[in-house]
Amino acid sequence: MAAPRLFRPAARLLSSRLSAPRRPAFPQSACAPSILRFRGYATEGGVKEVTVRDALNEALAEELETNPKTFILGEEVAQYNGAYKVTRGLLDRFGPKRVIDTPITEAGFCGLAVGAALAGLHPVCEFMTFNFAMQAIDQIINSAAKTHYMSGGIQPCNVTFRGPNGFAAGVAAQHSQDYSAWYGSIPGLKVVSPWSSEDAKGLLKAAIRDPNPVVVLENELLYGQAFPMSEAAQKDDFVLPIGKAKIERPGKDLTIVSLSRCVGLSLNAAAELKQKYGVEAEVINLRSVKPLDVETIVQSLKKTGRIMCVESGFPMFGVSSEILALAMEYGFDYLTAPAVRVTGAEVPTPYAVGLEQMSFPQVDTILGQATKLLRL
Amino acid sequence: MTLDVFKEDDKLFSVPIAEDSFDTYHLDPPPYSVETTKRELKQLYHDMTLIRRMELAADGLYKDRKIRGFCHLSTGQEAVAVGIEHALTKHDKLITAYRSHGFTLMRGGTVKSIIGELLGRREGISYGKGGSMHMFCESFFGGNGIVGASVPVGAGIAFAQQYNDANNVTIDLYGDGAANQGQVHEAFNMAKLWNLPVIFGCENNKYGMGTSVERASAMTEYYKRGQYIPGLRINGMDVLAVLSAVRYGKNFVQAGNGPLVYEYLTYRYAGHSMSDPGIAYRSREELKEQRANDPISNLKERLIEWGVFSEEDAKTIDKNVRSKVNDEVAEAEKMAEPETKLDILFEDIYVRGSEPQQRRGRTIDETYYRG
Repeated sequence: MAAPRLFRPAARLLSSRLSAPRRPAFPQSACAPSILRFRGYATEGGVKEVTVRDALNEALAEELETNPKTFILGEEVAQYNGAYKVTRGLLDRFGPKRVIDTPITEAGFCGLAVGAALAGLHPVCEFMTFNFAMQAIDQIINSAAKTHYMSGGIQPCNVTFRGPNGFAAGVAAQHSQDYSAWYGSIPGLKVVSPWSSEDAKGLLKAAIRDPNPVVVLENELLYGQAFPMSEAAQKDDFVLPIGKAKIERPGKDLTIVSLSRCVGLSLNAAAELKQKYGVEAEVINLRSVKPLDVETIVQSLKKTGRIMCVESGFPMFGVSSEILALAMEYGFDYLTAPAVRVTGAEVPTPYAVGLEQMSFPQVDTILGQATKLLRL
Repeated sequence: MTLDVFKEDDKLFSVPIAEDSFDTYHLDPPPYSVETTKRELKQLYHDMTLIRRMELAADGLYKDRKIRGFCHLSTGQEAVAVGIEHALTKHDKLITAYRSHGFTLMRGGTVKSIIGELLGRREGISYGKGGSMHMFCESFFGGNGIVGASVPVGAGIAFAQQYNDANNVTIDLYGDGAANQGQVHEAFNMAKLWNLPVIFGCENNKYGMGTSVERASAMTEYYKRGQYIPGLRINGMDVLAVLSAVRYGKNFVQAGNGPLVYEYLTYRYAGHSMSDPGIAYRSREELKEQRANDPISNLKERLIEWGVFSEEDAKTIDKNVRSKVNDEVAEAEKMAEPETKLDILFEDIYVRGSEPQQRRGRTIDETYYRG
C-alpha cells in the first residue's frame, strides 16, 4: 500500500479544494412527490379528465413559471406551438427568451442545450420525435450523460430531453422506433416513460428538477388520450419520484410489467383475463426505465409466481430482456413458470397497416401469452 | 413574340429564358436559352401536369382516410423535379428527402405504383413497406425521412460514380430546412476535397415545416452556402430555367470541375404534410401571389405564345393526364394489401439468401425460422 500513501497529500489537497462548494448535494426534497407531503389523493370530486398533451403542457408551464433557469428549445416549439402542440401557448406566456424555435439541426441544438446546462441553466430540449434525436445521440450520451463522472463530480448537467418515442400510426421505419433500451443502457442518464396524464406531468416535472440529464420518452399516440387526474396532481408542486413504478392494477395470479402505451394494452388484457377466466393479473407501470424499480417488480413476482413483460421495443437486448433477466436473478426461486415477454417484432416498422399491427403488441397478443403462461 | 418553331416535333430550336432566372456565385451563368424540341416542351408540360394530378389524387385519398401517416405533397414544386429529370440520363443518380412523389414518378415510378404504395398495397413501389417517404427505383435512392441525412449519402453515390469511372452526375437534393444541418456541410467539404461529381440542390420552398427561412437561417442565400463550391440560384418555378441550369451543371461537373451547390427557388402550395393546413405561418395573400406564378401555367402560356401548342392541345393533354391518373388510382385501389404473414413481415430485412435463419416476432410463438 505504499503507492497510495505517496499520493495521499495531493489527493487530500484536491479533495479539500473541490469539496463542499463545488459539489453541492442535491436536496432530495425538491423531487419528493407532493402526494407524500399532502397525504394522499383528493376526493373523487376533485378529479379532472386531462389529456397527456395538456398534462405535459402544464408541467412545462409550471416549471417555466417557477424556475427562471428553465427554458425550452426545439423545432417548431414556439410560433407553431409545437409539432404535436405540447408547447401550445408557451411562447405567448413566457416570450421568445424562454421558448425558442431552433433550426432543424438536432446535433447542434442538442449540443447547445447541453452546453447551457453545463453552464448552469436547466434547459428542456424537445425533439420533434426521438427518431430525430439519433442525429444528436452523441451529445446526449458523450456530452450530457458522461460529463459529471468524467469531471469527478465537478460538472453537473441539468438538462431534460423530451419528445415522442416509439411508433405512431403509418409513419414507417425511420419514424417508428422505441429508444427505451438505448437510453436505458447508459450510465449517467435517467430515463422515464410516462403512460397516464399524472405520469406525464409528475415525471416531466421531476425530470426538469433532477440535477442530472433525464430523457423523457413520451408517446405520440397517447398525447390526445384523456386520463383522470387527481386534485393533488393538478397542483403545481406535483412531482413523481424517478425510479418508482406504479401498480396500476393489483392482482395475485400474474405480474405484467409494462411501460408507456403498452400499460393501457396490458390493463385491457388484464380486464379480459378477469372477465373470461377469473384471473387477477397485477399490472405494473414502470414509469421509470432507468433507474428501474426492481423492488416493486420482484415483490410482485414473489406474490404471483409468474411474470410477463410487455413493451414495444425490438425484442433483442431490450427492456423486457432486462426485466426477464432480473426476474431470474432476484426471483428464480419464486417463479412457477418461465418468464415471458411480448415485444415489438424484430423488423423495421412496415408502412402497410396489417403488417404494422403484426409488428407491435396488441391486446390479443398479450392475452394469448398470458393464457399460455397460466395454462388456461 | 412568336418563335420560329419548326413544324416537325423533333427538330432542335432554341427558346429563351428570362434574364432574372439565375444568380451566380463564383460561376458563370448557364445559357439564357434552351435547345429543345416541340416534343420535349410538350413532354415537360405533360410531366408537370402528371405530377400535379397525382399529388392532388393523393390529397383526396388522404382526406378519404385511405392514406395513413405522413404524406408530403409537392404541388407548386413540379418544375424542379421535371426540369432536373429532362437534363439527366437514367445513368445519372438522384437522391432526395421525404417530398419524393414527383421525383419517384420522374425517375421511372408509375402513378399506380406510387399511389399503391401510399395506400399500403403489395404492388406499391416499395411493396407496401415504405409508404410516402420511402420510394426507390433504379438510379433513384429515395425517399429519405431524416432531415439532412440523405445529403452525405448523395455524396457517397457520387463517390461511387467517380470510383467506377462512370462519367455521370449525382443530383443530391434537400430542403431549405435541411440546409442548416451539420452533415450537409460535412458533405460539401468532402465533395470539394475529392472533386466528386455531384450537384447539391437545395429546394428552397421558403418554409422548413412552419418556420420561414428567415427564422431558421442566418444566411438565406443557400447557393452560397458551399463557400468554396461554386453556386447557382435558379428560378425553380420555371422548368426551362431548371432544365438549362442542370444541363449546364452536368457538363461542368462531368468536365471534372468538382461539385456545385444549386438552389431552386420554389414554393409548396400545400402544408408541410397533410396534418399541416399550411396557413398558420403564411398569409392567404402570399399563397395567392405564389399561385399566380404557377409553374404549369407559366409554361403553358409561353408554349401557346411560341406556337408550340394551342390552348386546345393543352386541354387535351390535361384531359389525358386526368384520365390516366384516375385509371391508375382505380387500379391501385384494387391492389391487394400485403398478407399479414410472418413470411411477408420478415421478407427483405436482409438480402435474399443471406438472411439469418431466425427472426423474432412479438412473442416466442411468433419466432420465424427458415432453415
